[in-house]
Amino acid sequence: MREVAIIGTGLVTFGEMWSKSLRQLWTEAALNALEDAGVDAVDFITVGCMSSGLFTGQEHLVSLLADELGVAGVPAMRVESACASGGLSLRAAFAEVASGLADVALVTGVEKMTDVDGSDATYALGTAADQEWEGFHGITFPGLYAMLARIHMAEYGTTSKQMAQVAVKNHANGLLNPHAQYHLKVGVDDVLGSTLVADPLHLLDCSPITDGAAALVIASVERAKEIAGDRPMIKITGSGMATDTISLANRADLSELAAVRLAGERAYAMAGREPADIHVAEVHDCFTIAEIMATEALGFFERGEGGPAVKRGLTALDGKIPVNTSGGLKAKGHPVGATGVAQVAEIVTQLRGEAGQRQVQGARIGLAQNMGGSGGSSVVHILEVE
Amino acid sequence: MFSPARAWREFPRRYRLEASRCEGCSKILYPARLVCPSCGGREFTDETLPRDGKILTFTVVRVPPAGFTEQTPLPIALVELDNGARVMVQVGDVEDPDTLEIGTPIRLEFRRVSWDGEAGVIFYGHKAVPA
Repeated sequence: MREVAIIGTGLVTFGEMWSKSLRQLWTEAALNALEDAGVDAVDFITVGCMSSGLFTGQEHLVSLLADELGVAGVPAMRVESACASGGLSLRAAFAEVASGLADVALVTGVEKMTDVDGSDATYALGTAADQEWEGFHGITFPGLYAMLARIHMAEYGTTSKQMAQVAVKNHANGLLNPHAQYHLKVGVDDVLGSTLVADPLHLLDCSPITDGAAALVIASVERAKEIAGDRPMIKITGSGMATDTISLANRADLSELAAVRLAGERAYAMAGREPADIHVAEVHDCFTIAEIMATEALGFFERGEGGPAVKRGLTALDGKIPVNTSGGLKAKGHPVGATGVAQVAEIVTQLRGEAGQRQVQGARIGLAQNMGGSGGSSVVHILEVE
Repeated sequence: MFSPARAWREFPRRYRLEASRCEGCSKILYPARLVCPSCGGREFTDETLPRDGKILTFTVVRVPPAGFTEQTPLPIALVELDNGARVMVQVGDVEDPDTLEIGTPIRLEFRRVSWDGEAGVIFYGHKAVPA
């Protein structure tokens, strides 16, 4: 396998972008990434998208979007792993470049979610759960994570207040991110006082419904050296992916996210790193309990210590392992297919030292963890600056 | 999605709780599968799920998906039945969901689960009620 580097990132501001279509959001992000990388041609495109069909009625995105970018003819592949589609988009392109099939690839993710109303969006997201045996009964994604939260609380003593502190931290970070959907200072009492969505999760324990797109340009290290000049070289040193049962009923252990643990172990092994080596991480906080469980599954904390770690500030910007410096899904927004790509863009920004007020000083090794459904799939990437 | 054919196909499992037991490792599979996820076995015997069990975890859905907007707040639980099988079901006959707890004994009862205006299908299945 060849070494692969990330040479460009492209974001659009996330939010309820009623004036913009899926193709506009995507093309803006793609152009931003190409400009950042300083390239005008790519030989492969990946598109991470969960459900453009249910959200917008449009499938066959690869051709639609390649054409929209004016590069029809270039091979393109759409990947879907529910909310982990973006992370998988990077992994698919990484494999393409590492294998030598492509030299320069455009990695993208997109989701246009606000063209349907709330109950249809809840339904569309719910298709990432087992439709015959979970969805049939009316369960939702907040509901599934609420079930996991209740078990974590019973087993380890995790509290609603600790979960609320995840939201407080991530909204504080989001205030420093110009691309975030929400620039909103949130306190523990705001979270605990917000309406219940699925007991014990409150509205402010949940990530929002968001329109957005994100893009990266990756290249073989040889090509990256030619293109990037003096810019810091950000290498993808680890890539791990894992699946787990989609339904909670079939899952052996409901107090851990096994797919996250496995994906993390695989990424650490490829990179020759361990959890203590990571300087900054973006993890999949679709719900506050998800961040707590993900930081445990990634080995940053022992099982059951994820909640207390937030309370002690260990995951804050100035903590031992800053988590979700971008504001996370919670504050930055969660355009499902774009999320995994945007997470990696944040890590690249941190490793380049270009994160401004939210910069983690001395960050040289970063990790991004993306997750599908209620932990049914997960993708982890480790990036290092040379 | 919510088609009459789907409803019909699922009758044995949803109406009669038909499951299967792996001959290799005795795991109960509900619904039945072609391959046992525990041991890889492919030989099974039919078994009907017991109706009694307890709540493993639960929630109250207050923001429902399309198709369930008339049923909120909607308590839903993951229950473990007496033979170890786990099923996700709505919880019925509960006036105050705050009275539910992990470990609450339940019994499965045949109930109407949802109804779909477009396809005209009424879906029946089992709900858990506090025993």
